Amino acid sequence: MGYLGGFLVSLRQMGRKQRVTTQYPKEKAPKPIRVHGRHVLNRYEDGMEKCIGCELCAGVCPARCIYVRGADNPADDPVSPGERYGYIYEINYLRCIHCDLCVEACPTEAITESKMFEFSFTNRADAIYTKAELVVADDGMPQKLPWEDWRPGEDLHTSAWMRATAPSGDARFEGVVGWSGELGYGLRAPEAAQDVKDAVATPLDMIDEHGHAPEPHGPVGHDGLSHDEGSHDEGHGGH
Amino acid sequence: MLGGDPLLSGQVDLAVVLIVLLKVVLVFAFLLVATMLMIWFERKVVGDLQNRIGPNTAGPFGILQTLADGIKFFFKEDLLPDKAERRVFILAPLLTVVPAFLLFSIVPFGGDFSNGSDGTVEIFGHTTYLQLANPPIGILFALAMSSIAVYGVMLAGWSSGSKYPLLGAVRASAQMVSYEAALGLSVCAVVLTTGSLETHQIVSFQAGDGWGGIVPNWNLLVAGFVPFVVFLLASQAELNRPPFDLVEAEQELVGSYHTEYSSIRFALFFVAEFMNSVTMAAIIVTLFLGGPAGPAPIGPGWLWGVFWFLLKTVILLFGFVWVRGTLPRVRYDQLMDLGWKVLIPLSIGWLLVLATFHVAREQHWNGVVVVAIAATIGLIFFGLLRFAIATSKAKRLEGVID
Repeated sequence: MGYLGGFLVSLRQMGRKQRVTTQYPKEKAPKPIRVHGRHVLNRYEDGMEKCIGCELCAGVCPARCIYVRGADNPADDPVSPGERYGYIYEINYLRCIHCDLCVEACPTEAITESKMFEFSFTNRADAIYTKAELVVADDGMPQKLPWEDWRPGEDLHTSAWMRATAPSGDARFEGVVGWSGELGYGLRAPEAAQDVKDAVATPLDMIDEHGHAPEPHGPVGHDGLSHDEGSHDEGHGGH
Repeated sequence: MLGGDPLLSGQVDLAVVLIVLLKVVLVFAFLLVATMLMIWFERKVVGDLQNRIGPNTAGPFGILQTLADGIKFFFKEDLLPDKAERRVFILAPLLTVVPAFLLFSIVPFGGDFSNGSDGTVEIFGHTTYLQLANPPIGILFALAMSSIAVYGVMLAGWSSGSKYPLLGAVRASAQMVSYEAALGLSVCAVVLTTGSLETHQIVSFQAGDGWGGIVPNWNLLVAGFVPFVVFLLASQAELNRPPFDLVEAEQELVGSYHTEYSSIRFALFFVAEFMNSVTMAAIIVTLFLGGPAGPAPIGPGWLWGVFWFLLKTVILLFGFVWVRGTLPRVRYDQLMDLGWKVLIPLSIGWLLVLATFHVAREQHWNGVVVVAIAATIGLIFFGLLRFAIATSKAKRLEGVID
């Protein structure tokens, strides 16, 4: 067909009912589990806020969209377990680029991100989220504000546990709990095992004389993402 | 302007004026609705070709999408850039949209041409053609209108006071001027075959019986396949449709000449573009595919004329959309090469061959000899052209000429 073959290629697609379209406002395409959305300010299991007002997030923010002022905890009614707490906490979503650097900078895992980015405003003042809107509700879930489009699953996995258990991370930290407990969830268990590719990437000084990488810890608890022993053994082939 | 129509040959009274007004309103409404449906049709078909859905929210199958877009455009803010040449900036969209409307006035969109009928209809005791105007200059009017449309694009780009629109305007004028030559030359072949510039005459000629009484006497066959192909290609370039939409190459020129336009002014450009697609398809049908001519088995003949006309136009429009959904945009030098080095020589050559055959038939020359001589001369000129192009390319590679 030469030059004209392309015409047949496109014509054959007609009426095939094969569609790549996601009917967006009605349904959303699945989001990656670690997508960066609107922030939340987390709380400990006893309801105390994790933020200590250290302003590291504001310092690291490349878009300079975070404004924090710390204050000393009142002795009779402390807001956070430490000495100070976040007295003012504001994020300007007209500036935020959702880079997640604030989440990495936070020493207490106070600020993390949800999976929801569909929210809009009709004036600039509304784009500034205050602490009252950012702090998680009493069930540990992000507050669902009227102008935000939350879908099932977008409010899960907002905790620091998410960051610490990246499956592409270093195999040395597999199964190691490096995060604090939180309101509504308690202390979360690590995610399931890593695959063969990551196991191979274990540094040489971590492998013992028999050629085995160190055994990871077992699961600390169960919260739905259970530890799959079978795939775990495969992941460390060579036993 | 309206001459040639039997309606105006007798006394012009109130009824005649009213009939003309009725036709004006009819054509105007038809064009607007056709444009609206064309935009929907194009989006829907391109979507289907590319495994997408296309508009599906406004009305059944999204058919009212264009209407919704139009209403939205009316309510949007109309920006006038500071650096724009105000009067020209406002004039430019009108210069594009008015010729687009006028262009359709010469197209015969109905009438009974079957069994030797002359394509007239009777309205309120008056005999008339089913076309708004049938001027003696006929198809030249179409060429003139499409040339004026270039002004709209050019002035829009220039008056915006911005760089991308200006670049787009320069491209537009170069492209449209060079393809107009090929367009005009292929129209010449049709005029030579038909012996008339009037669109009604052109259709009447094609309504006659062709070879063996079965094959239609369309100019597509009578004038040879070449003018049709040249006209088809040149019209796509003239319409700035893909794959020749360099004027609006989004990746290079943002939106080109209409970058600075917003609101209803932008909508006018948009409407004019799709209206021109519809009209150009209608003109191709008129010139090469017999217009409303076709058999009329049962019922009123003029309605069959409308039916055949619409059917042919829609098939052509589907072809336009198919091309758009398939081919990538050509490079600018490829565009110019195709226009100047292929289409123009081809249409000039074909015109000469056609003229020779006409003279030969009248003078009763020996057909075989005429064909042999024509072929020889054609081959010599083809060789010369190839040689000239090759030489210029070699020189360009040497760096002698830039």
